[in-house]
Amino acid sequence: MYKLGIDVGGTNTDAVLIDENLNVVADIKCPTTGDIYDGILAALRTVLAQSGVDRSQIRQAMLGTTQCTNAIVERKNLAPIGILRIGAPATLGIPPMVDWAEDISKIAVGSAVIGGGFEYDGKQLAPFDSEAAKAFFLEMKEKGVKSIAISCVFSTVRNDHELEAAKLCHEVMGEDVHVSISSEIGSMGLIERENATILNAALWKVAERFTEGFAQSLADEGITNADVYLSQNDGTLMTMEHARRYPILTVACGPTNSIRGASYLSSLQNAIVIDVGGTTTDLGVIQNGFPRESSVAVTIGGVRTNFRMPDVVSIGLGGGSIVREHADGSVTVGPDSVGYEITSKALVFGGDTLTATDVAVRLGMFELGDPSKVAHIPEELAKKALEAIGTLVEDAIDSMKVSSADSDVILVGGGSIVLPEKLAGAAAVVKPDHFGCANAIGSAISKVSGTFEKLINYDEVPRDKALEQAKAEAIDLAVAAGAIRETVEIIEVEDVPLAYYAGNTNRVKIKAAGDLAGN
Amino acid sequence: MRKIGIPEVEDIATGAALLGAGGGGDPYVGKLVAIGAIRDCGEVTLLDPDEVPDDALVVPIAMMGAPTVLAEKAIGGNEYKSLYEMVSRFFGKKIYAFMPIEAGGVNSMLPIAAAARLGLPLVDVDGMGRAFPELQMVTFTIGGISATPMALTDEKGNTVIFETITNKWTEELARSVTMSCGGSVSVSLYSMSGAQMKKYGVRGIVTRSQRLGEAIRTVKNAEDPEKFFFDFTEGYKLFKGKIVDVLRETRAGFNFGRVVLEGTGECKGRKAAVEFQNENLTAEVDGKLVATTPDLICLVDTETFAPVTTDALKYGKRVIVLGLRCFEMWRCEAGIELVGPRYFGVDTDYIPLEERCKEVCLNV
Repeated sequence: MYKLGIDVGGTNTDAVLIDENLNVVADIKCPTTGDIYDGILAALRTVLAQSGVDRSQIRQAMLGTTQCTNAIVERKNLAPIGILRIGAPATLGIPPMVDWAEDISKIAVGSAVIGGGFEYDGKQLAPFDSEAAKAFFLEMKEKGVKSIAISCVFSTVRNDHELEAAKLCHEVMGEDVHVSISSEIGSMGLIERENATILNAALWKVAERFTEGFAQSLADEGITNADVYLSQNDGTLMTMEHARRYPILTVACGPTNSIRGASYLSSLQNAIVIDVGGTTTDLGVIQNGFPRESSVAVTIGGVRTNFRMPDVVSIGLGGGSIVREHADGSVTVGPDSVGYEITSKALVFGGDTLTATDVAVRLGMFELGDPSKVAHIPEELAKKALEAIGTLVEDAIDSMKVSSADSDVILVGGGSIVLPEKLAGAAAVVKPDHFGCANAIGSAISKVSGTFEKLINYDEVPRDKALEQAKAEAIDLAVAAGAIRETVEIIEVEDVPLAYYAGNTNRVKIKAAGDLAGN
Repeated sequence: MRKIGIPEVEDIATGAALLGAGGGGDPYVGKLVAIGAIRDCGEVTLLDPDEVPDDALVVPIAMMGAPTVLAEKAIGGNEYKSLYEMVSRFFGKKIYAFMPIEAGGVNSMLPIAAAARLGLPLVDVDGMGRAFPELQMVTFTIGGISATPMALTDEKGNTVIFETITNKWTEELARSVTMSCGGSVSVSLYSMSGAQMKKYGVRGIVTRSQRLGEAIRTVKNAEDPEKFFFDFTEGYKLFKGKIVDVLRETRAGFNFGRVVLEGTGECKGRKAAVEFQNENLTAEVDGKLVATTPDLICLVDTETFAPVTTDALKYGKRVIVLGLRCFEMWRCEAGIELVGPRYFGVDTDYIPLEERCKEVCLNV
């Protein structure tokens, strides 16, 4: 049995095949195409031809894509939507989308804030105003809206009103209307959670396009025995059906997959991952085999959200970064880069710009292009540049650490060849094989997960018992998502005491993940 | 007299978060509440204290409760009207203007929303010139002004007026009502006359917040951003380093903690620590105190100069620690008794920032 991993990036579509022992059988890169489908098809054909694998033996196919991120950032292909918030009389002071940029806020055809919602302890804030909900859905139906975003105050504590509204929405607008509810998408913080839900609602067409494009290309290539999955931003998988309903969860799966892929290729469960491209370097952290999540609000295309995202730091350093010598003798590298033009502009390729790649070739770190074209660069200058590169990366490594102890470092990405062999703050520096396709590999080896989050008063339910119950809930959620029960592990336990609350209230968050049920 | 619109609100929120001295909450939701109100009801008129008649009724507006609940329930929008009616009825006199009680991410913003929704002016004054954790910690306490009658309302329309025998009782009763109401309520307290406001208030705080916010927003355009920042804030540069440890503890509804820093750049090889109770209380460099409350101890990001609140402290973050001189009235005997180091359990006399930090200050 084989797993197929595909990563559709802005520039390249990568494909890898992995056997049942998780060994990489083949990996290739093809250019991404405008309609996605052709790019995936080309990558599929090439990887199948290269490996000669029997396609009926491919039992799982995973896709990671930046399509949703790009749609939001470029404001393209977003669908018109309606926004229903349940929470009046609370929240009326902040209408939905109050701080959104004009060019993206026009996706909302209409919005309403109606009665309902809960208090922090699960007590009802106000009764659910089903008449007002019905009236809003009718209005949206008349205006031809096909997708609705529903949010509710403290729906992370209780989502009854959101579920009731979703049911009502289908009754009024028909079974085929797309309904997004906030409790399935974000965490505490109404506005950020609602924003993510709105984006999710607007992405249904984009989701339909890439899920169908992927399914179609698999069918065309005769891969008909495979279960098909999409990569999420937390390093786990979701089904095609789930991805159609919650496309927003694919946002930022690129860095996540590259972190997971790096971890797999290097067999390290705890390390800092450095992905060096042509222009920028992304640093992430792998913690017990999963990417560390960001604890601060994440902005996508100018919209503030709070859903699960990997904690990634980007610095302006890559293989194409421009190297400059200053009057005082100091040498700087980047943040500007020759980017994709490296094959014409770098000295080793006959160009006229001194880049990080040229420095590495001059110092004999690897062979590329024509080394004689950099022979005239003084060794002193090259060494200073390498030192500057080291300092940039070392500072970034340091800011990703959670303690002062040295951490293992994994290098991936085409540009990682320009980094020095020794880095301060790194216990060991590992450069694994197949490092160029870490993204697609990360996608292919993802697990499935479930997350449980609730406010619990430890005076009412003792901590041990509360955590035990929460863990059981999280495991059930992971199994519901497709994990084999026996392999499910608790991968994250968080309980945060909340100041000002009555008694001993804690926000408990548990995440469980396991291997995907095979065939 | 001038107008405050949405761009001004953005700057005020950032500047007030700096003056929050580590506390005062994340300005995001507060800012949205103010923006929502201005979108609905139009810009707010900001008055200089001297433009307010001596016999006018001036009322501070604030929120009480957990910032995490505020982030979920925000506010309803009718709270300010009901506070207005309760207080006016109590005094048999119409409220002339609103004002903030403290500078800080959240409470700098809510009075702007109140002023917009009621069509009343906002006065450029507050009662701290920074943020403090407890209700009695305002300059008005020095002036003998009572916190009560304190009016409280939730978004559902429940209202209470407290008349209590001490401020400690006010705090205690208001906290339990806040919990019953769902953990986040709007309040007005320390209602006062124009004359009292002029005598004891910290003047120009809204404008100062706005200027600071504007400076932080534009700092990247300056040739020497750090110099620009310090010239603008008139801050004392106490330390530059990275966070190597954060210790936290929640006690009696307050966030206590200590953040440890290791020096970078000109501070390489040195250590610093900042203690906090919601707000930053003391700063020490190499084991020696260099600043204490009531002077402001603020942490800002070394690149963006954005204020870093105590909630956002994280290993590896690079920060500058700076001191700002507190409002002069805090330095009198009554002020030090109320908010000086000993009140917070730090066994040291208050020595003004500019003297205490003389040996280590990096920019003066």
